[in-house]
Amino acid sequence: MSQLITEVSPHIHDKTTVRSIMLDVIIALMPALVAGIILFGFRALLVVAVCVISSVFFEWLFELICKKKNTVGDLSAAVTGLLLGLNLPVEIELWQAIFGSAVAIIVVKQLFGGIGKNFANPAITARIIMLVTFSSGMSRWSLPLVLEGADTATSATPLAILAGVSDGQLPSVWQMLLGVRGGCIGETCIIALLIGGAYLLIKRCITWHTPVAFLGTVLVMTLALGENGLYHLLSGGVVLGAFFMATDYTTTPCTPWGKVIFGVGCGFMTVVIRMWGMYPEGVSFAILFMNILTPHIEKLTLSRPFGGAKA
Amino acid sequence: MQGGFVSSPIYSGVSGVVKKIDEVLLSNGSKCPAVIIESDGKGEIFEGITPPEVTDMASFISAVAQSGVVGLGGAGFPSHVKLNVKDVGQIEHVVINCAECEGYITSDTRTMLDKSDEIFEGIELLRRFFGDKRFVLGIESNKKECIDKLTPMAKEHSVEIKVLPSVYPMGGEKVLVYYTTGRVIPEGKLPLDVGAVVINCTTLTSINQYVKTGMPLVEKTVTVAGSAVNEEKNVIVPVGTSIKDLVEFCGGYKEEPQKILYGGPMMGISVCSDECPVLKNTNAILVFGKKETAAEQSGECINCGRCVSHCPMRLMPTMINSAFEKKDIDRLKKLKVTVCMECGCCSYVCPAKRPLVQTNKLAKAMLKQASAK
Repeated sequence: MSQLITEVSPHIHDKTTVRSIMLDVIIALMPALVAGIILFGFRALLVVAVCVISSVFFEWLFELICKKKNTVGDLSAAVTGLLLGLNLPVEIELWQAIFGSAVAIIVVKQLFGGIGKNFANPAITARIIMLVTFSSGMSRWSLPLVLEGADTATSATPLAILAGVSDGQLPSVWQMLLGVRGGCIGETCIIALLIGGAYLLIKRCITWHTPVAFLGTVLVMTLALGENGLYHLLSGGVVLGAFFMATDYTTTPCTPWGKVIFGVGCGFMTVVIRMWGMYPEGVSFAILFMNILTPHIEKLTLSRPFGGAKA
Repeated sequence: MQGGFVSSPIYSGVSGVVKKIDEVLLSNGSKCPAVIIESDGKGEIFEGITPPEVTDMASFISAVAQSGVVGLGGAGFPSHVKLNVKDVGQIEHVVINCAECEGYITSDTRTMLDKSDEIFEGIELLRRFFGDKRFVLGIESNKKECIDKLTPMAKEHSVEIKVLPSVYPMGGEKVLVYYTTGRVIPEGKLPLDVGAVVINCTTLTSINQYVKTGMPLVEKTVTVAGSAVNEEKNVIVPVGTSIKDLVEFCGGYKEEPQKILYGGPMMGISVCSDECPVLKNTNAILVFGKKETAAEQSGECINCGRCVSHCPMRLMPTMINSAFEKKDIDRLKKLKVTVCMECGCCSYVCPAKRPLVQTNKLAKAMLKQASAK
C-alpha cells in the first residue's frame, strides 16, 4: 500500500469557497447591470466591463510584480470592478474608470495585503477618490434613455432636487422603483437591486442585519427630520450600498450585533451627510467611515461562549 | 495491567496463544507495548468468566472498572471514573446518549435496534445505585426506526425519550445536556455540576453485559464505510483486530485507500497504516478513496463570520486564529478558547479552507504552556 494521507480533522469540508461566494455576488449584481444597460444604454456595459477587466488586470499585475500568489481566480477583483462600475455615472471618461480600478485594487486592497487584509472597501474608497478628483465627471448625471427630450448632460438626481441644489420634478415612486431617474449605472433600479439582495439572503451570503439596520435607520431618521423618507430610501445609493457594499465581509463586523451597529452607523452618517454635508449623497462616505470603526465594533460585540463566564 | 484510577484493563477478544509481547504502531505514529495473541479460531470463552458480585455503589464501580468499559461514543474515557459519583443526591438527570457522534457512523444505531432490551436493563441497573432520577434517552430525529422501537419500551420503564434535532455535534456532551435537560454546563465544569450524568448507549449495554454475565468488553460494533471499501457495513469485531483484517472482511479495498480514519469525518484521526488495531473506543473505520480526499488549498481569511455563526460553543475561531498567530495570551483567554470542544465545524464551513480547529487546539496548548510557567 502506498503512503496514507495523515492530516488533522475535519476530513470533509463544505463546498462553499471564496470563489463560489464571489460568484454569487456577481450573479446577484446581474439584474442591476442589466437594468443599467437598459436604462442608460450600451455605454453602461462598456464602463462596467472596463472596470472589471482593469481591476482583474491590476490584481494580476501587482501580484506578478510582487511575486505573490495569483488570486485572480477567487473572483474578488472582478467583484470589486463590477461594484465600482455600477457606482459610476454612465458618461464617465474610461481612463478615469481605469484610474479608479487602480486605486481600488492596488492602493486600497493590495498595498494592505490583498484579499481579507484591507480595512476599507476598495470600490467605495476608489469611488470617493474619483469623486474628489474628477468632481465634474463624477457628478454629470445622464437621464435614462426612456426620458426622451431631457437634457442629459445637466439632469438632476432626485437627491439634488430634495436638497434644493437643482430644480426639477421629483420622479414618481414607480419611476424610482424601476430606476427611471438620474444616478449611477447600477444604483437606480431598486427592483433589480432587491432581487439581487434577496438572492444573497437566500444563498446565505449575507444576513439581514446590515441591510435592515441601514435602510431602517435612513427611513426612521429622515421621517423624524420631517423629510420625504421614502424618497431618501429609494434615491442615491442607499439600497445598493445596504445590500452589496455594507455587507462586504472583510471591511465590516462578522458578529450579528456588530452588523446591526454597522448598519445603523451607515444609515446615520448617510442622513447626516445628506442633510448637512456639502455633497447631496453620503452613502459612500458613511460606509467608509464605518469601515474604519469595524475592528472596534467587533471588539465591542464579541460573542459570549456557550456556558462562558463574562470575560 | 491496570495502573492508576483513570485507566482501564484490556481483555483478549480471542482465545489462543500469547505469541510475544511486542510494540504496535498507534495512530499518532508512536509505539505502544502490546500482547500479541495468535487466535486458535475457536473463540472459546475463558471458564473463569462469572458475573461479579454487585451489591452497593462501591462494588458496582469496581465492577465497571473491571469490565474494561470506556466511553464507547468515541471519547474512550474510563466509565468507572465517570460513574463514580460521590453524592448521588447531586444527580437529577441521567442522559443516555443515543445521538450518533458523527456522520457515517451507525454503530450506536445498531445497539438501539439489536440490544434495546439491554439498554433498559442497563437503565434499571443504574437506577439501583443512582436512585429514581429522570432517565432520558436522547435520540436524533432521523433515527425513526429506533424511536419507534424504543418508545413503547421506554414507557414501560418510565424512561423519557427526547427526540433531538439531527445535527452535528449533537453527541457532544454540552450540546446533548442542553437539549435533554435545558441546562447549560458552565465553562470548565462537568455535566454533574448541573446535575446530569451522560452515558453512551453502547457503553451502558457493555456495562450491563459485564454485570449480568461477567463478560468484559472484548468486542466492538464498528461501522466500516467510505468509497475505498467494497462493502460498507457494521461489523462486530474483537478489540485488537487490525484494520487490514477488518477491511478484508468487508470485501477488501475497492481502490487504493488514500486515508483511513479512526472515527468519523469531523473528529476522526487519520492513521498512518492499516496495521493499526481496532481500539475499544473505535466506533468507525472510514476508508477514504480519491473521491473524499481532494486536496484543498487554504487561503486568507475574508472575515465572512461563518465560523462564528456555526460554532456550537459560540466562539470566534477567526479571532482565536489571529490571536494565536500573534501569540497574544491575554486575548486567547478573553476569547475563551478553552471552551472549544474541537468539533471541527469552523474548519468545515470555512470558505477559505483555513485549519481553524487546528489553531484552536494549538492555542489551547499555548495557553496551557503559558499558565504552567
